[in-house]
Amino acid sequence: MQTFLSIGTDALAYGMVLFVISIGLSVTMGLMKVVNLAHGAFAMIGGYIASYATRDLGLPYGLGVLAAVAGTVLIAVPLERFLYRRIYGAPQLTQVLMTIGITFVIIGLANFALGPTLKTVPLPEALQGPVNLGFRAIAAHKLFAIACGILVAGALWVLVEKTGFGIRLRASVEDAAMAAALGVRTRIVYAVSFALAVALAAFGGVVGAELLPIEPYYALRYMVTFLVVVSVGGAGSIPGALLACLLLGAVETTGRYYMPEFGEFFFYLAVIVIVCLFPRGLLGRAE
Amino acid sequence: MSALDLSPPLPQRRGAPMARDFVLLGAILAVGAIGYVLFPNNLALFTRIIALMLLVLSLDLVTGFCGIATLGQATLFGAGAYAAGIAASRYGITEPLAMLGIGAAGGALAGAISSAVILRGHGLAQLVLSIAIVQLAHEAANKASAITGGSDGLSGIAPAALFGLFPFDLWGRTAFFLGLGVLVAVVFVLRQLVRSPFGMLCRGIKEDPVRIRAMGASVYPTLLKMYVVSGAVAGLGGGLSAVSTRVVGLDSLSFGLSAEALVMLVLGGTGNLVGALLGTLVVVWFEDLVSAINPFHWLTLEGVLLVAVVLFAPRGLTGIAGQLRRRLGGRRSS
Repeated sequence: MQTFLSIGTDALAYGMVLFVISIGLSVTMGLMKVVNLAHGAFAMIGGYIASYATRDLGLPYGLGVLAAVAGTVLIAVPLERFLYRRIYGAPQLTQVLMTIGITFVIIGLANFALGPTLKTVPLPEALQGPVNLGFRAIAAHKLFAIACGILVAGALWVLVEKTGFGIRLRASVEDAAMAAALGVRTRIVYAVSFALAVALAAFGGVVGAELLPIEPYYALRYMVTFLVVVSVGGAGSIPGALLACLLLGAVETTGRYYMPEFGEFFFYLAVIVIVCLFPRGLLGRAE
Repeated sequence: MSALDLSPPLPQRRGAPMARDFVLLGAILAVGAIGYVLFPNNLALFTRIIALMLLVLSLDLVTGFCGIATLGQATLFGAGAYAAGIAASRYGITEPLAMLGIGAAGGALAGAISSAVILRGHGLAQLVLSIAIVQLAHEAANKASAITGGSDGLSGIAPAALFGLFPFDLWGRTAFFLGLGVLVAVVFVLRQLVRSPFGMLCRGIKEDPVRIRAMGASVYPTLLKMYVVSGAVAGLGGGLSAVSTRVVGLDSLSFGLSAEALVMLVLGGTGNLVGALLGTLVVVWFEDLVSAINPFHWLTLEGVLLVAVVLFAPRGLTGIAGQLRRRLGGRRSS
């Protein structure tokens, strides 16, 4: 029972970190149909900025997170304007190559500027140490990650379902040409959602820095994981992404507890089975 | 050719491609000879380039000719490398040509198995399935360290002398000539294959699978066959790398190698086999030069190159060459 609860909380924390980072990718892939392999690179940039802000400038944790989100969006918006906009609607292979190229450049530059060492984001007092939940004590930062995941899922649900922007966003996902004809400025919707996706990636990169440590190869190491999560959940579906993250997080964590020598074997086995059964993802829509 | 060329085009066309094949084979041999004379200390690098060329050629067969998006082609290369390596180190099959044959068979088998999964998906699902397969194979090889050597790599591969006459020397001469011979043979066979009705059918499937099905041809078995051929070619490359380097590492079965093969193919140009050769040569050679200074500089440069190719030269180096030739030809006739 004890092990079961440990696995449960660890899987939940890992799944939520995955969710916060990859939900942005799910939105861009559902909306703009861009296979963005550079998404992990944005999460990495966020982690680097937060690490620099808190460790070298001595800013408090909250400000570090804000700086990370704002800084990453500032870097990503010109990329959207000059590079991504040219590959909307291009074949998937082209998009893969372009975004792998962008990732390589970011990794090379990050290593050149900041060195190959691991960067940490120092946690504030409140998030250090264990918290006693009655049945067992778990690390506070894991609880924080879980809370962030729930918060992000809730906020996104409100944004997409209850606001004017959400209506325009859903209309553009449904049929971009028709939405444009009805007066939705799809280009702005695209740019805003891209910025939102990047902001979420940066946020997730900082919040998950304890579980997915920040180093130059971060972008390459988790590139595949994020893409896989989105395709398992179904591109563009928020509940789908949440379900996929919790499911794959559970598979991965359970595998690591009981058979650590198998590494990610079960993770990818689960991916193959799910994608074969649901080619459009668990909650993806037929086209 | 003059503008008033009224000779019947068909027989000429029938003869011309064969002649061009021999020009291509001659060019490969010439480049090999130049490399051998000018850089006698770099033969190990050249052999590695040849092994990777086989991998990229195999990728061109499925991606360039059949339109299958895959980021898992290294599965087939690694399967060939491990098949040849295990045959040599565990079962004492050290005859180099036999090792290559076992590598090709291992690659073909891996192609048949993995295509059964990859061909189930389309678009994004296909891409993700191919990635999942290479990761799965990587973890399996890592776990089965009793057979594969795990993360230490598979060592103890000691190939016998080629034809019993040419032992594998320290400078890698024998391995280089063996590789060059294999490459020439493979390119010749593949050039015939892609021109055959089977090759044309594959191109047709890439253009419009629905129409091909409506014409009465079967799509899935054709793609499966091409995948087996592709696996054999990649497996030959893996076998060659096992014979020449005498070790097989987990990196020969990785997502990274798959992605790199795709980069080489696209840089060279897809769907004409020449691009695969050219792209591999250029990328690996530059990588070797730049990495000697700093491996991260190479990563940055490769990334910039990739973005530039996607934006400005989507058909790769061979596309640029074709454009230049057409422009020059146009000027001459006007």
